[in-house]
Amino acid sequence: MRVPVSWLAEHLEVGPDIGPAELVDALVRVGVEVDDVDELGPVTGPLVVGKVTEIEELTEFKKPIRYCRVEVGDIEPESTDGKQPTRGIVCGAINFAEGDLVVVALPGAVLPGDFAISARKTYGHVSEGMICSARELGLGEDHTGILVLPRDSASPGEDAREGLGLDDTVLDLAPTPDRGYALSIRGLARELSCALDLPFADPGTREVEATDGDTWPVSIADPAGCDRFVLRRVTGLDAAAPTPWWMRRRLMLAGIRSISLAVDVTNYVMLELGQPLHAFDTGSVKGELVVRRAEKGEKLTTLDDVVRELDPDDIVICDDSGVISLAGTMGGASTEITPESSDVLLEAAHWDPASISRTARRHKLFSEAAKRFERYTDPAVCAVAVDFAARLLRDYGSGTIEGGRTDEGGVTPLPAIAMPISLPDHTAGVRYERGVTVRRLTQIGCKVSIDTADDGTALVVAEPPSWRADLVQPADLVEEVLRLEGYDSIPSTLPVAPAGSGLAPAQRRRRAVSRALAEAGYVEVLPFPFVSGSVWDAFGLAHDDPRRTTSTVLNPLEADKNELATMLLPGLLETLQRNVSRGFKDLSLYHIGQVVQPNANAPTVPDPTVAQRPSDEEIATLEAAVPAQPLHVAAVLTGLRRRAGWWGAGEQATWADAIEAARTVAAASGVELTVSAADELPWHPGRCARLDVGEQVVGFAGELHPKVIEALGLPKRTVAMELDLDAVPVAELRPQPSVSPYPPVLLDIALVVDDLVPAADLAAALRRGGGELLEDVTLFDVYTGEQVGEGKRSLAFKLRMRDPGRTLTVEEATEVRDAALAAAHESYGATLRG
Amino acid sequence: MSKADDTQVLTQDALSAAVDDATAAFADAADLDQLAAVKPAHLGDQAPVLLARRQIGSLSKDEKAAAGKRVNEARTAIQTAFDERKAALQAERDERVLREEAVDVTLPWNRVPRGARHPMTTLAERISDVFVGMGYEVAEGPELEAEWFNFDALNFGKDHPARQMQDTFYVEPQDSRLVLRTHTSPVQARTLLHRAPPVYVVCPGRTYRTDELDSTHTPVFHQVEGLAVDKGITMANLKGTLDAFARAMFGEKSETRLRPHFFPFTEPSAEVDVWFEEKKGGPGWVEWGGCGMVNPNVLRACGVDPDVYSGFAFGMGLERTLQFRNGIPDMRDMVEGDVRFTMPFGVEAS
Repeated sequence: MRVPVSWLAEHLEVGPDIGPAELVDALVRVGVEVDDVDELGPVTGPLVVGKVTEIEELTEFKKPIRYCRVEVGDIEPESTDGKQPTRGIVCGAINFAEGDLVVVALPGAVLPGDFAISARKTYGHVSEGMICSARELGLGEDHTGILVLPRDSASPGEDAREGLGLDDTVLDLAPTPDRGYALSIRGLARELSCALDLPFADPGTREVEATDGDTWPVSIADPAGCDRFVLRRVTGLDAAAPTPWWMRRRLMLAGIRSISLAVDVTNYVMLELGQPLHAFDTGSVKGELVVRRAEKGEKLTTLDDVVRELDPDDIVICDDSGVISLAGTMGGASTEITPESSDVLLEAAHWDPASISRTARRHKLFSEAAKRFERYTDPAVCAVAVDFAARLLRDYGSGTIEGGRTDEGGVTPLPAIAMPISLPDHTAGVRYERGVTVRRLTQIGCKVSIDTADDGTALVVAEPPSWRADLVQPADLVEEVLRLEGYDSIPSTLPVAPAGSGLAPAQRRRRAVSRALAEAGYVEVLPFPFVSGSVWDAFGLAHDDPRRTTSTVLNPLEADKNELATMLLPGLLETLQRNVSRGFKDLSLYHIGQVVQPNANAPTVPDPTVAQRPSDEEIATLEAAVPAQPLHVAAVLTGLRRRAGWWGAGEQATWADAIEAARTVAAASGVELTVSAADELPWHPGRCARLDVGEQVVGFAGELHPKVIEALGLPKRTVAMELDLDAVPVAELRPQPSVSPYPPVLLDIALVVDDLVPAADLAAALRRGGGELLEDVTLFDVYTGEQVGEGKRSLAFKLRMRDPGRTLTVEEATEVRDAALAAAHESYGATLRG
Repeated sequence: MSKADDTQVLTQDALSAAVDDATAAFADAADLDQLAAVKPAHLGDQAPVLLARRQIGSLSKDEKAAAGKRVNEARTAIQTAFDERKAALQAERDERVLREEAVDVTLPWNRVPRGARHPMTTLAERISDVFVGMGYEVAEGPELEAEWFNFDALNFGKDHPARQMQDTFYVEPQDSRLVLRTHTSPVQARTLLHRAPPVYVVCPGRTYRTDELDSTHTPVFHQVEGLAVDKGITMANLKGTLDAFARAMFGEKSETRLRPHFFPFTEPSAEVDVWFEEKKGGPGWVEWGGCGMVNPNVLRACGVDPDVYSGFAFGMGLERTLQFRNGIPDMRDMVEGDVRFTMPFGVEAS
């Protein structure tokens, strides 16, 4: 909300020591955000009121150009024909007529933005100055035409500065949404009066004329939606009467365009009092006004000429013809005041904030009125507001205020709040001076009394003022005391937390995994979880693949990326591609993050009360209704894993690197992965490993399927792994190593087996057969070829054998080797290579 | 040869000549191989001194002792010359080998270059560590969240404008009552529902709002939230905690200040500014986050008696923190995953 300081100061006794800077500080201190401070001007040099005496339209140009004679009060004593001397000024605006008063910057003047004015030749004439628009004067954004002052409001040649009020500052303020009252000059001036302890004259207590009877029949059929509805009627209005300059100026500075006197008055009263007003053209209103909820199927053409289908939740105002206004949000076209309206009904009402909020959102009508009503307006100010508006129409539009005032409903006092008198001190951790709480609460408009609770506690009982429906509990009163006393008076005291137990094992593991991958050469990236459904097609997933069951975002930023990924690879591969497109060929990336895996059988999300703790059952249902979101870790590689360099050639990243990345993760978790061949998309069916921990499948790794690589446009032979980190247990191993000091016996064996036998399984068989004396089994060579025959391969292992208590003999070691060999033979038909 | 001739070799002159010859020959040997090659001629069986020794027997008894002494001296002199030359040549060789084996140690050896962790991760860890050091525990929760946890339990009225303040991603169907969490605060509610006070937790995590990606906004961002619920918790405790946090993040001289604000889940509420010395453009205040005393309605919804317990909560955006702390001009770089952005952060640094 843009607010001229001069308008605020009208209701406050601001001393000379308080300038705009002090006001800004005070507003920030009590919690009103200041978005901008706009000092008007500066304008130096001759800026005067001018009277346009002659207009010559220059038609030879592409756009309308006027050459005007303007009287600016130059003294020319030789003039004898009674005419005042004039100056010639070229102007590109057309919104003025001969006889109009305008603002003229004469040569030598400097306008805001260091805009220096000089006499110059343009469009074939010498222009001796400039006729100014509001924007050129720094009075607002209006540049649709030049600024035309009301006739007879000043004399040509007068200095224009004072009349324009250029010695002013406009504050752009953003009160928090809980303080609807602060969306007004009235509320903001009150905040300043509290912050600076300045006397405040409340414009909300303006006179309400005593008058009898209703001015128009009204009935409220929905008292929950509307608890007060006030009308006054003004007749004989001169619809063409200009809006007074002072009002136009304030509206202009507030960023509101002047339309007509009647519209300007309703806007002006809204800005000053915070009470939005609506003006009906009385002649268009047919019969009694009824406030009710809309009926299904009802329609209304609003002021913006949009036909709106109404919702049974919308509060509307009707007459005999049907719905004529969307309450609190936007009026209807049929009863709109027009440039001919001379008879108007001024309405000020109080609406249920939640209803207005819903209506505004439903119809996407975020009007200034709705913004105030949904934040709560002061029901007590309705009559003040209509009477003030009526008087302005009478005074400036020659209208007559008709006797009688309709005032349906009324003002229900807000419930009193009782609070232990020491609560502000206890909440702040400050010992405030005696009387501070009562003083501050009184200052914001509460009626305050002191009481004693049954247990003897001294209580403050505060009845909130009619505009403060946000005050409902003791904490709200506490905030008022603390913020007005100043948060800077609160000391800094560290609380003493009980001893904590540090990070949880899974949290420690997550860090260990992240560090291990980074140390192993992977770069962490954090892709967004939003993916397109087409990625699952590119992955080649079957239609019933559970990974296709996603949660879908209703309002995605990118329409085609509306699904929440069930795995990390889509986002990670997209990031890989982005890096490739930026010129990187050799990449190793990883991501640790949650994925969203909806469960078709999840219960509906319940909506328990917030008045108390939900039951354990409700909490369990709430938690179960939220999709599972396990923590995953994924890595992708392309290009060279071991780089080429002066040392020689590099090595391409392969399926084995992807599996190794998974092993790195497992090692950081303290567990071992069991690797077995798998055929799982999006991986290559012959180069995909299933990764298990114990009986649990925890993920897959290997080279991506060539078709997936093609569909996604990835570099050939891109490899990847993804693990469900939550499924990988965090082992607390507590190893008990006991190290034998005796020498080992080392024996190599080469085994010939069917080439489908996995190396890992064969090694496991050797270990099993070798027993405890077989300390280590390491594969060191794989051979296929003629010597071992078709469909076979030779796997060579180093066996290390050692006894814990003595030196092992070669004979004993040979026995161990034979036992290992026997197990390998028994399980896989392995034979010693000849 | 006559006997007298045979004993000529035992004369001092002859022996001295042999020593001189040997010393010269050793000195002439340019390396150990040459030295080894000339060694037999001067110390071998047929070397003059050894031939001379064999002649001693033919001398008279009184001559023997003197001649023996002369031969031995000559022999020792030759051996010493040899040893010295050998040591010198060995030293020379060793020195040369080491010199020849020298390499350019500045050659790169990044066969598998080290990777890096995203600064958002390390920053979250660093903040968590600050609070773990104060006795807090780290709490986490899901990113797709029930509206009840994200809004209702946090005292957002169903139709209150505040619910619209946080531009929320909703999830199908229309009435799913699931949202992508707009802040880490639902973790507060989840924690309080399951743990009895005293509760001191810090909650880092990923959050979502429907802001278009630009240099200072991202729809997916990170927050860290702190919550303390205990008997007698005051706003002074909140201030003390924030000051300690600021010092840990921004240096010993840093401090915070509070400005009144509005959040549904705290009352009183405040915005936090932090002052720090290394701010880009000179020491000064920067808007850092939001905070306040936990609204009694939140405590009630979570089954905590607000007449017995009070609490404070605060939350900060990590992207924003990193942006002003490190002076990073464009937030887009933090989310796009370009390796050039992440690499300079290394494995642990932030």
